[in-house]
Amino acid sequence: MTSPWVKRLLLFPATAWMIVMLALPLLVVVVFSFGERGPAGGYVPAFTFDQYLNLPARLAAFRNTLVLAPVGTLLCLLAAYPLAYFLAVKVDPRWRTLLLVLIIVPFWTSILIRTYAWIFILGGQGIPRLLEFVGIEGVRLINTRFAVLTGIVYGYLPLMIFPIYVSLEKLDKRLLEAAADLGSSPAWAFRNITLPLSIPGIATGCMLVFILLMGEFLIPALLGGGKVFFVGNALVDLFLQSRNWAYGSAVAATLVIVMLVTVGLYMKLMRRAGAQRDDVSLF
Amino acid sequence: MQSNGASAVPVLTFRGVSKRFGDVVAARNLDLDVDEGEFLSFLGPSGCGKTTSLRMIAGFEQPSEGDVYLMGERVNGVPAYRRPVNMVFQHYALFPHLDVADNVSYGLRQRRPRPDADAIARRVEAMLEKVRLAGYARRKIWELSGGQQQRVALARALINEPALLLLDEPLAALDRKLRREMQIELQNLQRDLGITFVLVTHDQEEALSMSDRVCIMRDGAIVQIGSPRELYDRPLNRYVADFVGKSNFFAGTLVETGRERVIVSLAGTLRVPAVGGPSVAGMARGQGISLSVRPEQMVLSRDPRSLPADSAVKLEATVRNRIFLGEHTEYLLHETRLGEFLALAPRQTEISEPAFDTGESIHVSWSANAALVLSNE
Repeated sequence: MTSPWVKRLLLFPATAWMIVMLALPLLVVVVFSFGERGPAGGYVPAFTFDQYLNLPARLAAFRNTLVLAPVGTLLCLLAAYPLAYFLAVKVDPRWRTLLLVLIIVPFWTSILIRTYAWIFILGGQGIPRLLEFVGIEGVRLINTRFAVLTGIVYGYLPLMIFPIYVSLEKLDKRLLEAAADLGSSPAWAFRNITLPLSIPGIATGCMLVFILLMGEFLIPALLGGGKVFFVGNALVDLFLQSRNWAYGSAVAATLVIVMLVTVGLYMKLMRRAGAQRDDVSLF
Repeated sequence: MQSNGASAVPVLTFRGVSKRFGDVVAARNLDLDVDEGEFLSFLGPSGCGKTTSLRMIAGFEQPSEGDVYLMGERVNGVPAYRRPVNMVFQHYALFPHLDVADNVSYGLRQRRPRPDADAIARRVEAMLEKVRLAGYARRKIWELSGGQQQRVALARALINEPALLLLDEPLAALDRKLRREMQIELQNLQRDLGITFVLVTHDQEEALSMSDRVCIMRDGAIVQIGSPRELYDRPLNRYVADFVGKSNFFAGTLVETGRERVIVSLAGTLRVPAVGGPSVAGMARGQGISLSVRPEQMVLSRDPRSLPADSAVKLEATVRNRIFLGEHTEYLLHETRLGEFLALAPRQTEISEPAFDTGESIHVSWSANAALVLSNE
């Protein structure tokens, strides 16, 4: 039906966009990462591995990202799954749309403002103050990993809920009856049927949250207060404060590589887990 | 088939079972016994309560009133996963993330204590052989045809050796030829395994050809239970006669009631002898009835003298339409007083008399034994 020319025409806008907005800047970053910092900052062309050899200086940022991104993803999953299950399976369909809209409502306000709100909730006048009333003193929440993880779960929860909700919602309820008929208690039916069939949703949600978390900088900047920082914060610092573009580019390029490797490993793992189930498409 | 000798407790018993969903009564006051090794069908149009009945046996629904017994034990309130029955679902409900063997072995793997892997594998293999799917153990569900999926669903249920196998419109999704094959296969399996089958269907041909007994339902209630032959020959009322096979119904009134033989007046002028069905017992003279005559009981001829001497009635009718059905020819006839009715002529009568043409005027008769008086219900 569709001629090859029409196909090419249809692909053109996206391809052009990807080349101009993604591939070219990435190439610039890679080129810059082999350069040097100019005397007044910025970039001076050169070919040196100095920037990469300097990476250990930013090890803490990588360590934080590689620990907190997976932990944050896992916490999101643990918080989102029961909620998505409740929405998809237990709730009266009449209320479902309303409840789904309520999940999106926070997005109508900027993440910046919402994260600021958490500064007050977790800060000295917030929860710690309340705890003082019941006699627990000296609790510090703000500028800790706990604060950053709280912000992460709060900010990314909807991204995890929706894919899981979709996979649970389309689950054929008769399969659960069939499982019950064959001797599965509700708990076993969940373990044997519902959970495996919602893996595509779990995988999609985890992927979304994890990839975005790897580049996160706002939440650690506001709730980590310079004590808990991600690679994203290091990049902001290098490009905007110390204007060391070459070193910043090396850090950025390394982050992309780390991300590719992690996501690649993850997909390989998921594919192996779903090896006997071709119907469970991971992407 | 195994037999328990004297202690023949019915596998399934319904006693005054009713089920309400809000204001809707899906099943009302059902009484039923199903014996071991029996093949029983629930037959009726959609919404007649047959599926609700099946779901109450499986344990997916609990009765609002009355009691359900399995092997003499009251099971009200017992959840589906604790009942010794298994079900073949209408659209099979096979687990898409498991292969054929894992689907079939599911029930065994849910048992506690769990049988060891070798025992499970052996039984799966034997079961797949029984449903003619040997070698399909590692196939994905979606790679199978409809008929194969149907057999996986059967194997998945039968491997648990249930006291009772429930089948919810199991053949509805198959094409006609495959359905016929599966009907025979189901019957053979049932006979081989001696497992009691309870089938739900809206297809009268399916119910009649497979079952030992058929339970005809309407509006949540049981209308009549009996063997296919009983239902066909002695339907309790017009509803059953209409549902089981084709029949002509002539409106009439009761003129004389005897013990067996009654006289009926059709169209006010035609007096014909007929058999009083079970529903005649409580009827008075002058009451409106339906006279049922099966199309194949009609005798047709061009020559009035060749009609049987003991005919209850002899009529002259015009052929309105003719449909060739292979072994039979179906005629739509018209008689001035009775209106239109159907007649079925077997092929071999065409040896003595060539097929009648549309517009031709012919002679029709039926015997008193072929005419059954039914209540209008």
